Amino acid sequence: MFQLIGVAPQALFSQVLVGLINGAFYAILSLGLAVIFGLLNIINFAHGALYMLGAFVAYFLLQGLGLGYWSALIVAPLVVGLFGMLLERTMLRQLRQIDHLYGLLLTFGLALVIQGVFQNEFGSSGLPYAVPPALVGGQNLGFMFLPNYRAWVIVISLAVCLSTWWAIERTKLGSYLRAATENPTIVQAFGINVPRMITLTYGFGVALAAFAGVLAAPIYQVRPLMGADLIIVVFAVVVIGGMGSIMGSILTGFGLGVIEGLTKVFYPEASNTVIFVIMTIVLLIKPAGLFGRVQ
Amino acid sequence: MKLSRLLATAAIAGLVAGSAAAQDFTVKLGILNDQSSLYADLTGQGSVVAARLAVEDFGAAAKGLKVDIIFADHQNKADVGSNLARQWLDVDKVDAIVDVPNSAVALAVNQVIKEKNKVFLVSGAAASDLTGKACSPNTVHWTYDTWALANGTGKALVKTGGDSWYFLTADYAFGLALERDTAEVVKANGGKVLGQVRHPLNSSDFSSFLLQAQASKAKVIGLANAGGDTTNAIKQAAEFGIVQGGQSLAGLLVFITDVHSLGLQTAQGLVMTESFYWDLNDQSRAFAKRFTPLDKGIHPTMIHAGVYSAVTHYLKAVAATKTRDGAKIVEAMKAMPTDDPLFGKGTIRADGRKIHDMYLFEVKKPAESKAAWDYYKLKATIPAAEAFRPLDQGECPLVKKG
Repeated sequence: MFQLIGVAPQALFSQVLVGLINGAFYAILSLGLAVIFGLLNIINFAHGALYMLGAFVAYFLLQGLGLGYWSALIVAPLVVGLFGMLLERTMLRQLRQIDHLYGLLLTFGLALVIQGVFQNEFGSSGLPYAVPPALVGGQNLGFMFLPNYRAWVIVISLAVCLSTWWAIERTKLGSYLRAATENPTIVQAFGINVPRMITLTYGFGVALAAFAGVLAAPIYQVRPLMGADLIIVVFAVVVIGGMGSIMGSILTGFGLGVIEGLTKVFYPEASNTVIFVIMTIVLLIKPAGLFGRVQ
Repeated sequence: MKLSRLLATAAIAGLVAGSAAAQDFTVKLGILNDQSSLYADLTGQGSVVAARLAVEDFGAAAKGLKVDIIFADHQNKADVGSNLARQWLDVDKVDAIVDVPNSAVALAVNQVIKEKNKVFLVSGAAASDLTGKACSPNTVHWTYDTWALANGTGKALVKTGGDSWYFLTADYAFGLALERDTAEVVKANGGKVLGQVRHPLNSSDFSSFLLQAQASKAKVIGLANAGGDTTNAIKQAAEFGIVQGGQSLAGLLVFITDVHSLGLQTAQGLVMTESFYWDLNDQSRAFAKRFTPLDKGIHPTMIHAGVYSAVTHYLKAVAATKTRDGAKIVEAMKAMPTDDPLFGKGTIRADGRKIHDMYLFEVKKPAESKAAWDYYKLKATIPAAEAFRPLDQGECPLVKKG
């Protein structure tokens, strides 16, 4: 049979597809980070913990209230988003005037506290969360077996990513937001409530993380450390894409998912490090990232 | 007059103190394991609870033994583990280190213990090298090892028709040892290994690896990993329809906490080898009843049971010898037959390997489970004589000498 660099093309196609699915998670998480950094200048290290919270809220909704996956997909991001707004109001706001390194330290500390509490309460091995009945099973594509749930993850992630991009880059609200980050004083002078806009934006970024958490719950275990394992990779994605670039984070998210997937075929031992190798190369050649602007 | 009275008082005081010391021989146990990360549920605080219960049941105080227990988190890092061990042995006067899951850490601690002539009671670590090339006169390997797991699950599956294998292996000392030992068993029983993929420790996504395993058309996909890696692999294998497609999944090291975390819906049908299950007999059930409320509702894993059993036997040896010489205590442990409520009667071999029956379990279907944590049905008992690697095949220097 025809082979491509020692691997059958069928296997290659299937790995590209699987890579896209992982890329969907990277994209949606790094998108939230990019929104929060690009518009608020906060390096949100708590993003992984908030992603984990999303998965846990989905679990509680199911166990406590009997609310299934579809409701959780809406309710969990709302709950966690509100929690994020509370964090912004009570803590992050105090640090707005100083170096954003302090925001990084605060959110990093928050992440450790949240993860610690959950680990103490729920142990380390995680809780089960089933794939919703409507998406059980899969399609035989000939070259691979594609679980329905994974296909859904790609579709919904792409939809969410693109509509976020559209809302920020193409709508009036988005233009206010962008203006507010450039010059908050003038925007405020036009009668726009900038502090509220910042709170809402942070809440939205956090809600994106929680949304990814709900999407992840049926694939991975609902574990206290699920975010901690992912957050470093996601930061690498954001850095490669260019800190704060919306489209950059979406494209690199999907792209790096694919590269990582292919590494798993050709040299699996390196699959955890390939993203950091790429990050190093990109930073050497383009310090602002692939889609970033030098400020 | 005054002076002589003073001297007499001092002499009497000295006598009393001396006899008190002779009565109360203090032993310090250090439980070293993962208290915070991916293995914290299956070892962690539960091992501390198990050790405390063992001391209680032994009735140490009545036998003139005072037992102190301390614990620490090695964070799955060999350097952290060996530094803690050094500090415990040098500064805190710890007599025995217990548990130590993660083979890389255990192999490092093994070295330190031998240097200082203390005692190492291994329950959590799996690498069969601990009683093989790295065996030591100060170490007893209690609960299970990679050879026993491979022999149990591997042999059973090959004999029931699973004669072609593909491995998903965690890329470090433990995973590689487990893959090696299992591949040998598979080949020795007439099966063949079609290939393997080695993934980094703590990988969350297994879909790529599972697709490769699926494409290999092997009848059995062997998971040579543990904890979160295993649960994620099993969960995603279900999603990709691996089992419906006719391939079977072999969890080579699965703990009851993993099954609990997966839920029966996903874990059903999984076959695994263990040395202990809480619902095995009246004594194990009685133990679980006491243990569970003390460990946040977690039922005892085989590692917890191994800690209980190893500490019990160690205390017997200490009570008999009243010495701090690690090698002498281990010698006494090997000389006495073992007997405790959880593992029953057994022995410890010259290479430090504790010998007992192993069990082959199958995870129940959701409908078959009657109560919380009612997860396993017994498929076969592997007799002690067959469960572990024969003494002459381990390349343990202690054995050659003898």
